[in-house]
Order: sequence, then structure tokens, then C-alpha cells
Amino acid sequence: MSLADGVRLALRALAANKLRTSLTVLGMVIGVAAVIALMSLGAGAQASIEANIRGTGSNLLFISPGVQTQGGGRFVDVSATSPTLTFEDAAAIRDAAIPGIVDIAPTRNTNASLVAGGNAFSTQIIGATPSYAEVRTFQPQAGRFISDDDLDRRTRVIALGQTIATELFPGQNPIGATVRLNNQTFTVIAVMEESGQATFQSRDNQALVPLTTLQTRISPSRTLAGDDIVSEISVTLADEDEATIEAVTNEVSALLRLRHDVTEDDFTIRTQQDIIEALGEVTGTLTLFLGAIAGISLLVGGIGIMNIMLVSVTERTREIGIRKAIGARRRDILGQFLIEAVLVSLGGGIAGAVIGGLLATFMGGVSFGGRSLEGTLTPEPVILALAVSVAIGLVFGIYPANRAARLRPIEALRYE
Amino acid sequence: MDAGPQENGAPTPVVRVEDLAKTYSMGSIDVHALRGVSFDIAKGEMVAIMGHSGSGKSTLLNLLGCLDAPTAGSYFLDGELVGDLSDDALAAIRNRKIGFVFQSFNLLARMSALEQVEMPLLYARDRQRRQRAEEALAVVGLDDRMHHKPSELSGGQQQRVAIARALVGNPSMVLADEPTGNLDTATANEIMELLALLNEERGITTLIVTHEADVAARTQRVIRMVDGAIAGDDRTAPAEHGS
Repeated sequence: MSLADGVRLALRALAANKLRTSLTVLGMVIGVAAVIALMSLGAGAQASIEANIRGTGSNLLFISPGVQTQGGGRFVDVSATSPTLTFEDAAAIRDAAIPGIVDIAPTRNTNASLVAGGNAFSTQIIGATPSYAEVRTFQPQAGRFISDDDLDRRTRVIALGQTIATELFPGQNPIGATVRLNNQTFTVIAVMEESGQATFQSRDNQALVPLTTLQTRISPSRTLAGDDIVSEISVTLADEDEATIEAVTNEVSALLRLRHDVTEDDFTIRTQQDIIEALGEVTGTLTLFLGAIAGISLLVGGIGIMNIMLVSVTERTREIGIRKAIGARRRDILGQFLIEAVLVSLGGGIAGAVIGGLLATFMGGVSFGGRSLEGTLTPEPVILALAVSVAIGLVFGIYPANRAARLRPIEALRYE
Repeated sequence: MDAGPQENGAPTPVVRVEDLAKTYSMGSIDVHALRGVSFDIAKGEMVAIMGHSGSGKSTLLNLLGCLDAPTAGSYFLDGELVGDLSDDALAAIRNRKIGFVFQSFNLLARMSALEQVEMPLLYARDRQRRQRAEEALAVVGLDDRMHHKPSELSGGQQQRVAIARALVGNPSMVLADEPTGNLDTATANEIMELLALLNEERGITTLIVTHEADVAARTQRVIRMVDGAIAGDDRTAPAEHGS
């Protein structure tokens, strides 16, 4: 029997039991759609995180206190346990005038509640210097950013992220208004531009105060020597060349080792690429995990096919007997049932790919927990899903088909 | 044995069976369904195999139809030994050399008459199967019912479709298992007339397993089976050919 005859035969058999066929196909549709939708969303999340990190300024180096575990790319925040990086370190790096460094911005983070009128907002407060806006490419949308004067005089001024501004001052212009932070009154000097999410923390949820104000008035934190601790020092480079990155990394490391009087680094210097890669691993694992969960429903779909094919073989025992009596060979019968199984799974796969793609596209606009999802439909999951659905048809179809092919014609003919 | 096989001048009989035996083991007991039978069937013969149930006639039919393999003895079909062949080799023999007609018609419910008749040619990969199926249906007088499904046909018409299906591959012989068992007397007569006509006009070798004397009476030769052995082999129709 030719393949074309086999397909024609299988389509007729499937059409003879429309409800049963559509329910079996539905099982595959759900599985494939789930895989494609979830993997697309995972890929979309990855792409948007990456884009946001790049959006915070390219050619950046980040110096943070403590040593991170190597390999595996996991972040272990040790800044709390080994506060080794200080404001003075940042000043020293600036004063050293290392070639390749354009600007630096030390920051320190703390968490606090902001209150204005009846509204409160608990968030991350970043102590920043005027250079922060340039270095991290985060400019005020309205108002002015922290100035050198603010830094010197430790003024109680605050720049609000977009989200905070609308939460605390709905429908009002917050500039010039006051918010309370740790029972002190701060004047709003700026509303920052909208930035979306950088890493896992949206910058729209952050508020910025002068670094010196944070050090003295909000959350004083000093080393034993009395130096002000910083959480991170961001460094802008002149360019993104490997050579520049390496030279600057070496110079900064040497300087900090000398200042800290250590032989082993008690700080870590990361490039943006390092961060993207590390996050990529996290989101990649997440995507794979989501895909695996969706894959289970694909497996269930496959079991559904096998189940219905077994029923079909039993129901059609007599037909198989007749076909064998008039000359069907084992491979004819095997092919007939296998083609049926593959058509069901492939049909489900195609419909599922379409629905999954639509789901990924529509879910792109939906917001979850203040964060909007983004689906990136790439051809890979679609091809994968179709290949997998054919494979499922073969794997789960082979047992019932083989059972049919091995039926003995005399017994099959006698079957009522 | 006798001069039978040479009566048409054809040296090779369609069927030659020598000491054919079949034993089934049912647990510890061996059931001897066929205890070594031997006979020849010449080309163009129309033979009835008669016997009560349990006489071994169905077993013999299964062996002759290559649906089952004998425990002992040999079976030559068209001069070729049908020995210990694989399932697929037996399927190919059934496809090319044997046409089956069953008591319960054994048509497929969702197919038209034409498709039923095309089916053996589908497995033979015959490119002209539509045309040949139409011809076969015309032979059995169903050219106006080609696109009807079994449920739209009478019992007699269904059996005609089955006969067309048996004939379409131009087999060496037609094996009919109680072909009139599910039909009323009038229709049964029509079917027997058709089989006899095909035998006479087209020289189709026909073997009919039956327990009805009326059916056996329309054949030229009756092989009687009792307890897995041949109890009698009589030529009953001297009509035109003479003995």
C-alpha cells in the first residue's frame, strides 16, 4: 500500500469517528499550545530583561563588595556581611584618573517607607551622587536631579520613580511637594523618566536621595575605620573593547587591593555582559522549567492517543482480519494505524502551534503583578513542537499499531 | 490418485494436498483437527467440502486459504509448496492466488462496493484498480450499485460484492465458506447460480465449504469430511464433461 493510500485510508477512519478524533486531537492541542505559549513567554521575559539591562547604559562596570561564588553565575549578596567598599574607595578611583574610565557613580541602597498625605509606599531608596544620572542613563523627566550642592549640604531632597510619583501623588504634580521618610520631611525635586524593569527591580519603584543624606540622616553605616560604606560603584568606560574592560578592571583591582591592604580580592568587578549571562541562565532555566511542565500535558496528550488507538484496534479487529485475509501484510496494517496516530498528533501539533502563538502574542499585553509580560515567538519552539508531536504520534502509536499488525487473521475474522 | 487432475490436460493441479494434518494443543490435550488428508483439485473444478461441525472442514479451509500453517504434510498451490512461510509471504499468496467469500460477507461498513472490491488491489499496488474493480462488479451484476455501502445493499447484493472482491485479483481459486449460510433460499440459489456460472464460463476453480446438501448438489465433486479425515470423494455432476 502506498503512503498516499495510507493517508487517505487513515483520514477516512478518523472522519468516521469525528467526536472521538477531535477530543484526542484536543489533548495534543492543549499540550502543544501550552509548550509554545510558555516557552515564548519565557523567551520574551529573557529578551526584555536583557534589553532593560542594556538600557541602563552600555559599557558599564559594576564594583560590589565581597566575593561572589564563581561558576554557576549565582548571585550571592555578601555586601551585608563584608562591607568592604566605601565612598572613599569611589573617590580614590575617581582621583586615580585611570585611562578608560569616563565617570563613576557610587550608590548605597536601603529600604524605607515613603508617606505623602494618606498614601504610603514602601520601597528601595538609593543614595546617589549627581553622576548617577549620566552613568546609569536615568534622567529626570521633570524637575532637577541631585546636585553637588545637595551632596555637600546633605539636603533632604528626593527624586521619585514614575510608579512612586503616581502612587503617592495621584493626579498631582509632586515637584515641590513633601514626603515623609523616617519621620523626616523630604522635598520632591524630580520625577524620573519611565524606565521599565532593570534586572528584577523596576527602577520606576525606586526613589533617589543624595548619597550623603542617606549616609547621615537615613541609614548611617560605617566601617570600623569610620568610612562610609557603599553598596556598589558603577563605572562608565570610554568604550566596550575587551582591552579597555580588562585594563580598567586590572587597574581598579590593584588600587582597591592596595587601599584595602589585601592580597585576595574582597570585592567583585562585573561587566554588564556578566550580569546578562548570569540572568540569562536564570531565565533560561525558568523557561526550560515552564516548558517541561507544559511538556507533561503533551505527554498526557500522547497517552490519550495511545488509549484511543488501542480502543480503535480492538473495535476494528474484524476489519483487520478481513484486510489480512485479502492480502494485507503486517506493515500495511502497521502503517495504517501508525499513520492514523501520527495524523492525530500532527493535526493537534499544528493547531496547538497556532493557538500557542496567538496566546503568546495576546498574553504579551497582559500585565502580571505590575510587570507586563512579553511573548517572543521564535521558530524554534514551533518546529520543536511539531517534531515532538510527530514523535509522540509514532511513540504512542507504535504499540497499538503493532498489536493490530500482529493479530492472527483467523482469530481476527472470528472476532465479534 | 485417480486421473482427475489431468482431465483438462493441465499437468499441474491448482491444489495438491499430501498427508495434511493439523493438531491444536489445548493445554495438555492435543486435538487432532485434521488427521492427514490427501487430494488434488484440478484447474476449473467446482468442489464442495461437506461435513458436520468439528469434522475438520474449517481447519482444512484455513489451511487451503493460507490463513494457518499445517502441523504436518505438504500443500502445493499452483505447484508451489506453501511451507513454513512468514506472515507476510502468506499474505502475499492470499492476495495473489486466493479469493475469499465468507458466510457473513465480511464487508467493511464505511466503504462503498467499489472500494471494497478495490481493496485487494490496493495491497497488490495495482494502478488500474478502479477500472478492474468496476469490471468485477459488472461481472456479478452490480454495475448500478457501485457507490452503495453495505448497509444500503441486500444480503444477496452484499455477497455479490464479496464475490467480486474475491474475483478481482484474478486468483487461482475462490474459497467460499458457507456462502449461502446467511441468505434466504431464493437468494442462496441466486448466489449458487452465480458461482456456478463463473465456474462454467470463466473456469474459476471454486471450493465451497458447506453443510447444505442443496449447495453441494450444484458442484461437480463432493469431499466429505468426518473426524478430520476424508470419508468420501464423489464426482456428482457428470452433466457436460462426462466422467
